[in-house]
Amino acid sequence: MARVVVDVMPKQEILDPQGQAVARALPRLGFDGVTSVRQGKHFELEVDDDVDDATLAKIAETFLANPVIEDWVVRRVDA
Amino acid sequence: MTARIGVITFPGTLDDIDAARAVRSVDAEPVALWHADADLRGVDAVIVPGGFSYGDYLRAGAIARFAPVMTEVVRAARRGMPVLGICNGFQILCESGLLPGALVRNAGLHFVCRDQWLRVENNETVWTTRYDAGAEILVPLKNMEGRYVADPATLDELEGEGRVVFRYLVDGDASQRYLGIDSPNGALNHIAGIADARGRVVGLMPHPEHAIDALTGPSDDGLGMFLSVLDALVAA
Repeated sequence: MARVVVDVMPKQEILDPQGQAVARALPRLGFDGVTSVRQGKHFELEVDDDVDDATLAKIAETFLANPVIEDWVVRRVDA
Repeated sequence: MTARIGVITFPGTLDDIDAARAVRSVDAEPVALWHADADLRGVDAVIVPGGFSYGDYLRAGAIARFAPVMTEVVRAARRGMPVLGICNGFQILCESGLLPGALVRNAGLHFVCRDQWLRVENNETVWTTRYDAGAEILVPLKNMEGRYVADPATLDELEGEGRVVFRYLVDGDASQRYLGIDSPNGALNHIAGIADARGRVVGLMPHPEHAIDALTGPSDDGLGMFLSVLDALVAA
């Protein structure tokens, strides 16, 4: 078994109102100095050893992310 | 001939009942289609109604796209069958690649629920021939992920080919202006609905099926969409 992490983020040119709302809330909570927040998704997958990188990329591109609006990164991590 | 128009139900669909009622109100026969069946039951057209298919998990429409019935809808649409996606149905058609672009979280972060004026920009699709070009219609709008986005090349293509079917009328709309948004949701070019290149697949965020008579909706302006497709099917 291997652990795989897929991070999905809204593309830079896509307005991210959720991230903006988080950024605007921080000063009200007394946290200064955070100039920008973008909010995305983080997936943790447990996969069999014979699942190759091409398959993982396909999972990310066709399902976990919508390439019209989101960028994605797949990485294998040590369990 | 009575046209048979399929209405799909996914787990979490809400507006299949009203969509079927709208079909019945123009004397067509609504045919219930089930998400898990790879079978369109011989219908002449398909409506993908609104709601929260599969709980909107992952992204709105992302999981519904893989339902067995959608494989058949995509196949039929490629052959030219009229398909209408309303609200969540529009999101599903975008996720499935039948329409370009995507629907994302409203810019104001609020669930928007109100009666909305739209302009009919294209009255040559199979779903809009009953409207005058430039007609202004009032139909309910109710969603969280209604902001239409697409890359600049796609937007240029849609505008250049006249494939923007409905636009939000934003003149005098001050409701969201405090948020810096001059439309209900921040949609690019105020786009409320679009069509495929052949004008047979149409998706829109507002709900024509909720505006078919004055007793239960703000107008009967939505009826034109169902009458339009009926004209096309009866003539075929």
